[in-house]
Amino acid sequence: MLSSNAVAEPADLAAVTPSPERLARGPVAIAECFQQIPCDPCSWACRRGAIPPFVDLNQRPEIDWELCNGCGVCVSACPGLAIFVVDLSRDPAVVRLPYEFLPRPEAGATVTLVGRDGCALGEGRVQRIQDGRVQDRTAVVWVEVPADLAMAVRHIRFGGNGQ
Amino acid sequence: MLKQTHKFFGSRRQHAAMRGMDIAAAMAAEAMQAGVEVWLEATVLGLYQDGVLLVQQRERVVTVQVARVVIATGAGEKTLAFPNNDLPGIYGAGAVQTMLHLYGVLPGRRVLMVGAGNIGLIVSYQLLQAGVEVIAVLEAMREVGGYLVHASKIRRAGVPLLTRHTVVGALGTRFLTGVVIGRLDDSGGIVPGSERVLEVDVMCLAVGLTPAAELLWQAGCRMAYIPELGGHVPVRDGRMQTTVPGIYVAGDVAGVEEASSAMVEGRMAGLAAAWDMGFQSPQYPHLWAEAETELAALRGGPVGARIRQGLAKLAAVRAREVAAGA
Ligand SMILES: Cc1cc2nc3c(=O)[nH]c(=O)nc-3n(C[C@H](O)[C@H](O)[C@H](O)COP(=O)(O)OP(=O)(O)OC[C@H]3O[C@@H](n4cnc5c(N)ncnc54)[C@H](O)[C@@H]3O)c2cc1C
Ligand code: SF4
Ligand code: SF4
Repeated sequence: MLSSNAVAEPADLAAVTPSPERLARGPVAIAECFQQIPCDPCSWACRRGAIPPFVDLNQRPEIDWELCNGCGVCVSACPGLAIFVVDLSRDPAVVRLPYEFLPRPEAGATVTLVGRDGCALGEGRVQRIQDGRVQDRTAVVWVEVPADLAMAVRHIRFGGNGQ
Repeated sequence: MLKQTHKFFGSRRQHAAMRGMDIAAAMAAEAMQAGVEVWLEATVLGLYQDGVLLVQQRERVVTVQVARVVIATGAGEKTLAFPNNDLPGIYGAGAVQTMLHLYGVLPGRRVLMVGAGNIGLIVSYQLLQAGVEVIAVLEAMREVGGYLVHASKIRRAGVPLLTRHTVVGALGTRFLTGVVIGRLDDSGGIVPGSERVLEVDVMCLAVGLTPAAELLWQAGCRMAYIPELGGHVPVRDGRMQTTVPGIYVAGDVAGVEEASSAMVEGRMAGLAAAWDMGFQSPQYPHLWAEAETELAALRGGPVGARIRQGLAKLAAVRAREVAAGA
């Protein structure tokens, strides 16, 4: 269960996942933030207003997937490293995930795809990495994954720290 | 905060999404710019009711007479009692952070973390970032105590969370070589046969903090035991002033909480002390109301319930004392 092993269950995920139609249309953010904690940077990081300002600091983020264009700014702004961008309009699909370990993977590298429970799910290719001033040391790694794993891959391993 | 390399929660007003170390640097710069004189490596050894502080700075010891003082000494770590808990290799989480982030020294190769509160989770993550293997995080409770987003970060990095588990004993003669752990049953005992050995060279204890209130005890401030706030905390009025006039408190020493609320409390204690000294700026009511709103927001959710409960108890203690004194 989420509260004892910190791994989201299908029911938890269903509530924060856009419709299949929206997912198929292009990149979109998914906030796997399931607990009410005093935190709101995602809402003010998003310049498109897709995460409306919080009325209560402890509320959970609600992303308006029609306004979200999957720009990924919120991915590195979230201190919980809980936001991912999924793009199922491409083949293979692309998952953008926050990454704070060294060394950083290089574009083109083959990496192990990892699920929420730390288990390996297969291999994927790093397409791109954003690691500039905006990301403030929370790199955003773009990794190509088979479409059926787009909602499962949330971390990568390739032999650096944090393995 | 200097040792916190992760991005912080909270709202924009408390610098959320900035890393702890960067918040510390920004606040230090702000204070310097405002003309605050900072004494580094200076320890307050004593605080007396007449407003005299005894301060040791490196080789010198001086007394300082103050009109008002804000005590913000933070908190100290709690520890656990188990056989062999004095073996080298057993550290508090604060010590591990100091080694990693102030001195750049790895505490060991394989770590068992004890405690799945925010500190245990965050320090586990920092150990992983430093290239240290974290074998597991042990937690006596049924559920993870810290924020789930912190727990999920280390979970996907492959660290198991062993809830309902505790330390039975430490192994080793000259230094730690392993830890015997066991599963807890419903009455808090070890399930027979559930004991097993984890081979590790470091055990890191992150089992809670308690206010570092020695100076307040010494000054004769009235203290109350409030478990929800971490132990003995100073009784105070709504303006962060203790029962000794002129001594104010802020941050973890006033009740173990978060950096975000500590920053706001610091602002409040500063405002109150300044006002009481005659610096009665017309902005005061506005700044005060703003701080109160921020604190209420930070503490308003389900994870703030314990703090709210503790503060309510503390307010009740004070109300009783005021009634008794009147
Ligand atoms: C691993 C870890 C992660 C955390 N993560 C977060 C987080 O993400 N978000 C969050 O909001 N909070 C977080 N916290 C909590 C936060 O760090 C504390 O709540 C906050 O630092 C409390 O601030 P403070 O000023 O009261 O005390 P401290 O920051 O502890 O400062 C007290 C200072 O007083 C000094 N001092 C003590 N005694 C004396 C003396 N006699 N003379 C002179 N100086 C003295 C100490 O050296 C210290 O510098 C975390 C804590 C830890 C340990
Ligand atoms: S991906 Fe971009 S548009 Fe979508 S919620 Fe995040 S910041 Fe807003
Ligand atoms: S910034 Fe991240 S952790 Fe904070 S509320 Fe938004 S999604 Fe949750």
